[in-house]
Amino acid sequence: MKTVTLTIDGRTVQAREGEKLLWAALENGIYIPNLCAIPGAKHPAAACRLCFVEIEGYPRPVTACTEPVVEGMVVSTRSPRVDRLVHTAFELLLSNHHLDCANCPRNRSCELQRIARERRFPLRVKRLRKLERNLQVDDSSPVVRYDPGKCVLCGRCVWVCREKGTGVLGFARRGFERKVTTFGDVPLGQSGCNGCGECVKVCPVGALTGRDSAAISI
Amino acid sequence: MNSSSIVAETFAKLQQKSRTAWQSLRDRPLILVGTATCGRAAGALEILKVIKEELEKHGIDAQVLEVGCMGHCYAEPLVTVYKPGFPPISYGYVTEGIAGRLVQDFLGGDDPCLEFALAALETNDMVPALTDFPRGMIEKPIILDKCGLIDPEQIEHYIALGGYAAQARALTREPEWVVEEIKASGLRGRGGAGFPTGRKWETCRLAPGEKKYVICNADEGDPGAFMDRAILESNPHEVLEGLAIAAYAVGARQGYFYIRAEYPLAVERVKKAIEQARQAGLLGTNILGSGFSFDVDVFQGSGAFVCGEETALIASMEGEPGLPRHRPPFPATAGLRGRPTVINNVKTLAYVPHIIERGAQWFRETGTAGSPGTAVFALAGKVINTGLAEVPMGTTLRQLVYDVGSGIPKGKSFKAVQIGGPSGGCLPEAALDMPIDFDSLSQAGAMMGSGGMVILDEDDCMVEIARFFLDFTQKESCGKCTMCRLGTRQMLDILEAITKGQGKPGDIELLLELAEDVKAGSLCGLGKTAPNPVLSTIRYFRDEYEAHIKERRCPALMCQELIAYYILPEKCERSCDACVGSCPVEAIYTNEDRVKVIDQQKCVKCASCLEACPPQYKAVVKLSPPELVAERGRKV
Repeated sequence: MKTVTLTIDGRTVQAREGEKLLWAALENGIYIPNLCAIPGAKHPAAACRLCFVEIEGYPRPVTACTEPVVEGMVVSTRSPRVDRLVHTAFELLLSNHHLDCANCPRNRSCELQRIARERRFPLRVKRLRKLERNLQVDDSSPVVRYDPGKCVLCGRCVWVCREKGTGVLGFARRGFERKVTTFGDVPLGQSGCNGCGECVKVCPVGALTGRDSAAISI
Repeated sequence: MNSSSIVAETFAKLQQKSRTAWQSLRDRPLILVGTATCGRAAGALEILKVIKEELEKHGIDAQVLEVGCMGHCYAEPLVTVYKPGFPPISYGYVTEGIAGRLVQDFLGGDDPCLEFALAALETNDMVPALTDFPRGMIEKPIILDKCGLIDPEQIEHYIALGGYAAQARALTREPEWVVEEIKASGLRGRGGAGFPTGRKWETCRLAPGEKKYVICNADEGDPGAFMDRAILESNPHEVLEGLAIAAYAVGARQGYFYIRAEYPLAVERVKKAIEQARQAGLLGTNILGSGFSFDVDVFQGSGAFVCGEETALIASMEGEPGLPRHRPPFPATAGLRGRPTVINNVKTLAYVPHIIERGAQWFRETGTAGSPGTAVFALAGKVINTGLAEVPMGTTLRQLVYDVGSGIPKGKSFKAVQIGGPSGGCLPEAALDMPIDFDSLSQAGAMMGSGGMVILDEDDCMVEIARFFLDFTQKESCGKCTMCRLGTRQMLDILEAITKGQGKPGDIELLLELAEDVKAGSLCGLGKTAPNPVLSTIRYFRDEYEAHIKERRCPALMCQELIAYYILPEKCERSCDACVGSCPVEAIYTNEDRVKVIDQQKCVKCASCLEACPPQYKAVVKLSPPELVAERGRKV
């Protein structure tokens, strides 16, 4: 396979031709915030709006998960415009996230915490209003615990459930009401979920967690 | 005989047959009744029934036809009478009584009942014609020219007036010639963004792949917009012909009409049109003997605003939830089922036959250099003559509002026009003399959109208008991407707080910041344009936002929480009880001076008293902020 050479934040890196910029950066140890990106997925969802970068010659920031690498491309993962967009997307997600890190099973292994650390964003909602959704925790499965109040709607669980699980998870409703749920909106325990735990492994936050930490290794 | 001459000959026969049918309509009196949705809503079907009954009762031999919308929606039900010896005359606001008189006195006798006439369709010495009015002088119908004059369910009418000639002509030329002609015409997509149609077609034509599709996007869903519906209901063949020409140009053998299911009459009439075109040999295998085959189906969308977005529309047709995806790849290279697909709006396709028939140069003679042709607007809101109007690009807003629309009702003053639908913007009085086209509108912070135009007067609060449109886009957001799902929701919450008098210092700045980020960071066009109403109202009406936040006052006296109803003691006619009788919650009582007073605790702000107070007194007023009531009370 052909490789191309490009520059990211001043570093020269090699990547497979046609590969999306996000993976080229991550594989070379350059972090770009992301939540919805799935290695191996056919089409990027481009839904979380966190992986913005600037590319020389482009009029405005673009998402790294949708941009194929091109020979000689010059990329910057930081710029005032990028930082502002990423910060806003991050704040928006936090405004809709049940922030309770101290009691969250994913404390210290949470992707939101990582973004906050990497970009020096505070882990609380300051500028925006808190958008509560008042959704119930689903405790019905013996294996998986689902807290929709912490879900960032990245869709990784939906994808992996179709690829490796039983395909019971999907998106429902639209706009602010959009949520990840089961077919017919029944509790996980009655949904036909076989408890494989793949969704827990890919969930970047504390929305899908294992009930018994021994059962599923993250 | 080569295929070109076969096409020409086959079509000539079809045209001859249609012309004969059309001519035979003129043998006896002809009555046209507008039964598009606007007409039906005004009671056209009852009028139609009355006319048929009266004709029978009086034994008058006349033909009655159901036609579409002429654009004068305000005057529906609309009836047009062709009687030999008279010019064709349109009658507006037709009641069952007027309908009866038209049959008895005009068709039965020779009294054209001019007291009910709206205008004649042609210049004459008897009745002023449509073209004698300012509106008629400004309007230049191209795609609306046959609307309301032909029966949309009879293909002969369309063909007799020149329809399908462009398709026949295109079939005798190379597809490349068709693409070049559309490119040369400078036609830009009328769905909103104004992308050059010819370039889209060329991309699709050159895209590799044997199987290609063309889709007519009729997912019109903007509040206040009804152009696409009216065209499909009034002249579906025009759009169908445009779609067939597009298919020939790009090399597609299958096409679709994507129509929202809330448009049942449009769906019905398009289906009939497709069936008739098939029977006439204008669709299907080996069209007119040209060797080109193309067929069309109707797909009913379930009516989500976001499905008008190309990639969401495709997802919806593929049986997936109607969510947009990242572009590129653009549908012109990878669209429906992964195949190259051209998606054009109803109006865009409607222009195509006219351009092919009369040439790119002819099309460029109308409009502006950057936006050739005409624009179709749906005038709604606070304007006297609501309806459809087709005017050259570059017409000013003032001409549209005051000449075409006849100005603002009830002697109120013009405040703003919301143009381009929910993702357009609000332009103030200062923009009235701006020539409107794609580029000038986007410079002013609005957009052409699909052509919806809501006119606002002094009673409209601009913060509330922004809140209304954002509420719409927020609910219609698909929710896939963070910026649109949560960004518009945050903005809506702020706007709601402001309209309730709970705005905080800094809210305007925060709105502006969020608006910029949602615009720049959203995945699809819905999110990228959703902040426009907020940005444009802050840009032009910032003082209203500030009055709400700083003084808890709504200058337009519209925001319910910021107003109170008050009876001016000096104007109250003490013996009159009109307001008391009208109040549904018994909040109005008579005080010791026999003046009526509103109990603010009980008042539900329904405005009944304001409407009930006789106009010679005008004693009931709205005050903002509500605290003014207490102040007035102390002074007395």
